Amino acid sequence: MHELSIATSIIEIAEEFAVKNKGANITKIEIEVGELSGIVVDSLEFALELAIEKTVLERAKIIITTIKGMARCKQCGNEYVNSDWHTACPQCASMDFDITGGKELQIKSIFIE
Amino acid sequence: MCDTCGCEGDSPVTYNKPNEEHSHDEKHEHTHEHPHHEHPHHHDHDDKHHSHDPKHEHGHSHGKEIKIEQSILTKNNSLAERNRGYFEAKNIFVLNLVSSPGSGKTSLLERTLKDIGQDLNFYVVEGDQQTMNDANRIAALKVPVIQINTGNGCHLDAEMVNKAVKQLNVANDAVLVIENVGNLVCPSLFDLGESKRVVVISVTEGDDKPIKYPTMFHSADICIINKIDLLPYVDFDVEKAKNYALSVNHHLKFFEVSVKTGEGMEAWYAWLKDVEQHK
Ligand SMILES: Nc1nc2c(ncn2[C@@H]2O[C@H](COP(=O)(O)OP(=O)(O)OP(=O)(O)O)[C@@H](O)[C@H]2O)c(=O)[nH]1
Ligand SMILES: [Mg+2]
Ligand SMILES: [Zn+2]
Ligand SMILES: [Zn+2]
Ligand SMILES: [Zn+2]
Repeated sequence: MHELSIATSIIEIAEEFAVKNKGANITKIEIEVGELSGIVVDSLEFALELAIEKTVLERAKIIITTIKGMARCKQCGNEYVNSDWHTACPQCASMDFDITGGKELQIKSIFIE
Repeated sequence: MCDTCGCEGDSPVTYNKPNEEHSHDEKHEHTHEHPHHEHPHHHDHDDKHHSHDPKHEHGHSHGKEIKIEQSILTKNNSLAERNRGYFEAKNIFVLNLVSSPGSGKTSLLERTLKDIGQDLNFYVVEGDQQTMNDANRIAALKVPVIQINTGNGCHLDAEMVNKAVKQLNVANDAVLVIENVGNLVCPSLFDLGESKRVVVISVTEGDDKPIKYPTMFHSADICIINKIDLLPYVDFDVEKAKNYALSVNHHLKFFEVSVKTGEGMEAWYAWLKDVEQHK
């Protein structure tokens, strides 16, 4: 359940944000979670639900967006979906690739009013 | 995790040296009132990069958007970098040992300390949810050690290592081995400031471990395949395991060992003694 520590970090960042913005009321927070980030979105959601009580996120709408794992083939340059770290290039079958997306684990935006 | 609300607050992290009475608790403030009001969450498991919540497009606005684009791991990552700077300044070589429970991390350490403990100045940080057992095994070899008990925490983080290392008082030019909590999932996300990450698997686990837990194998530098003395009794294909591991991380370096018989340990020791080269 490291999702719990991730949830705690999200709340910490939001609380710091609220302080910096003079106690602004956070209405919504957008979070991006890559498929290769090592985070299970359902567990994160569950953890957040428990953890936000009595915090600045208590009444905020929480939007979690999943980002596909992506790789670029070093042999033929093809860019393709690689959701498990070890998908060969569908164009040339090479396993020689760079991961170009899907490791994200970030707070994208915070909405205040 | 506490039964009432699933929080970590009830089980403080503790730091203990074997044969020392007191422990340094991190006090967590925690109350158990959970008033039930509604919180309107909602989520999209959308495949697209930018999903907007369709239900709210026409409703009331959510106010002013402020772009943050901040990694959620920022705090741990920056603390880990601070640890790394400290280790570099003191020329300390740091290993983060990770594996499933029981793959042989502590056994590997014990044997390593017995065999080459004279050649390198070792210090050890032990991470487990509960008990002093692993630290006691290390202390029996007269090596300075501190036990971190994470309570319900499933991984060590940079802050815990920072605190433990301060108490250990690690000498310059030492080798610090951090044995993480036995778990192939969570520790992969938490940089401790180590020089190298070492993942241990044993042949009694499946040879497909590397693709079942790719995040960990992707993040490691070294992979030790342990308990090869048991190969005749199990269906573990070493080449297959290595190929799986390489498919998620083609930079991985392997050692095949039996901590029990000592087979393969020389190569591991040679690598360790060559620390200057891979700092
Ligand atoms: N046959 C055999 N058994 C081994 C070997 N290495 C370790 N073991 C056994 O595996 C068991 C677990 O070893 P530990 O060293 O405690 O494993 P660990 O990874 O530290 O376990 P946790 O700290 O609980 O995650 C013990 O019973 C060891 O004796 C080996 O090379 N061969
Ligand atoms: Mg152990
Ligand atoms: Zn976990
Ligand atoms: Zn290709
Ligand atoms: Zn609680």
